[in-house]
Amino acid sequence: MSDDVWILGIYMTKFGKYPDRDTVDLASEAALAALADGGVTMKDMGVLAAGCLMGGGGIAQQIQKQIGQTGIPAFNVSNACATGATALRTAIMAIKAGEADFGLAVGVEKLAGAGLLGAGGRPKSDKNEWTPSGRYGAVASTDGRIGTDSMPGVFAQVGMEYGHKYGGTSFELFAKISEKNHSHSTLNPKAAYQKKMTLEEIMGDMMIAYPNTRPMCSANCDGAAAAVVVSDAKLKTLSLEQQRRAIKVSASILTSDPWQEACQVLPDVNTLTKVAAKQAYEKAGIGPSDLDLVELHDCFATAELVHYDNLGLCEEGGAAAFFESGATWRDGTTPVNVSGGLESKGHPIAATGIANIWEVCHHLRGEAGDRQIEGAKVGLAHVIGLGSACGVHILEKSSFG
Amino acid sequence: MAAQIPIVDYLVLGDQPHLTAHECTSCGARYFDRRNACANCSGTDFRHVNIATDGEVRAFTIVTFAAPGVKVPFVSSIVDFDGTSARGNIINVEPTPEHISLGMKVKLATYSLGTDDTGTEAIGFGFEPINN
Ligand SMILES: [Zn+2]
Repeated sequence: MSDDVWILGIYMTKFGKYPDRDTVDLASEAALAALADGGVTMKDMGVLAAGCLMGGGGIAQQIQKQIGQTGIPAFNVSNACATGATALRTAIMAIKAGEADFGLAVGVEKLAGAGLLGAGGRPKSDKNEWTPSGRYGAVASTDGRIGTDSMPGVFAQVGMEYGHKYGGTSFELFAKISEKNHSHSTLNPKAAYQKKMTLEEIMGDMMIAYPNTRPMCSANCDGAAAAVVVSDAKLKTLSLEQQRRAIKVSASILTSDPWQEACQVLPDVNTLTKVAAKQAYEKAGIGPSDLDLVELHDCFATAELVHYDNLGLCEEGGAAAFFESGATWRDGTTPVNVSGGLESKGHPIAATGIANIWEVCHHLRGEAGDRQIEGAKVGLAHVIGLGSACGVHILEKSSFG
Repeated sequence: MAAQIPIVDYLVLGDQPHLTAHECTSCGARYFDRRNACANCSGTDFRHVNIATDGEVRAFTIVTFAAPGVKVPFVSSIVDFDGTSARGNIINVEPTPEHISLGMKVKLATYSLGTDDTGTEAIGFGFEPINN
């Protein structure tokens, strides 16, 4: 018996706009479908972990009240854009600890029509008097006066910083990354947007925070994703069909950002990703060259570039040349974001960290239809939540049956 | 002369305005905010250090779409001041990619944010190109 944990069932809703359905509807759809996909029910589950970042808490129990109040421990998790991966990690830890045989992880968000995330001034006071407040003793809102708090701006700086350090970046290069992901999404019926965009259209679109134009930013949308995980011992008692479709979690890593000079001035999304990737490769006993596909956190086109390097997909400093070689297109040596990524598939925050795992599992099971990466055996899913948290999961095709 | 107040408490006004940081006496890590302890070594003893006023742009973005109430466009930047990174707007420059570059040399500059009902003037800071 090993302490391996397996994904038994997994599902993502189509991402998009659901004006008539709430987060509990979407989460319930994903949870019930993941359970059905695994051939199990809520009665089998020993633990539930769920997250809805903008939902205000308690989503796990709200889901239970719709699909099964069995009395199991429920964990409500919140870790910015890594919330879904954190829910999954929580369920996996419970199984590794021997506290449960089966676990359910759910992430859901309703973001369609939401505006800019991360930014915002302080409420105006009635009295016109400069008054210091907060940890910086600020007398006025600092967003826009002392740099930017907006996500597109922060991640633009992350990409520009990489360009300053290593060279080779340009507005056009970042736009080409977005062109790739929008092109990939045309094969994904679950993507919020499935429209191919030319480089000219992307570069000519509304500028949000140079060099990120609107299509180079993650798409706000609604959606949910859920996964059922099972212990190795329990899986061996299930049907051959369940064993054949099960996907091995070869590594499940969650890190936070270690202190670095400048990290409290510009969030450092690099170090914690590098640390998570290193731990994941060691744990799984595989290297970046073994990966048949990667779903990484392209919250902005400028972010995708730095994560090629952070995940070790290219040599240090070589991300621009690696992309220019065509490696990350779906017919390249390391296909990245064949789902369309956050820029085109969409980014319902708490769902993202399970939806990217669904994408990888779909290919490893050979069930990805038109966008199937032929013969895929190993894949990696990565998310970053600013603040920061990083989830990296390495998944492998079952060798059963 | 009317009273002045800096936009943040780590901006020191006077004849030669500059930024100041809390430096951990154990490991040298520097912080601009009020501290409970050091994020690098958990030390609790800090001293004030003055930050250099000439620096080099390490990253920037030109923000053209922002939260309500935030005036656009503006240039946000991360600047290396002799080994200490600070965040701020690049000011006194056209906010276009043609006028701003990575590695550009800048220096600290201040400007007025306006005067409140008590007659106190708030002073903001930014980084302006050297040899502009
Ligand atoms: Zn220290």
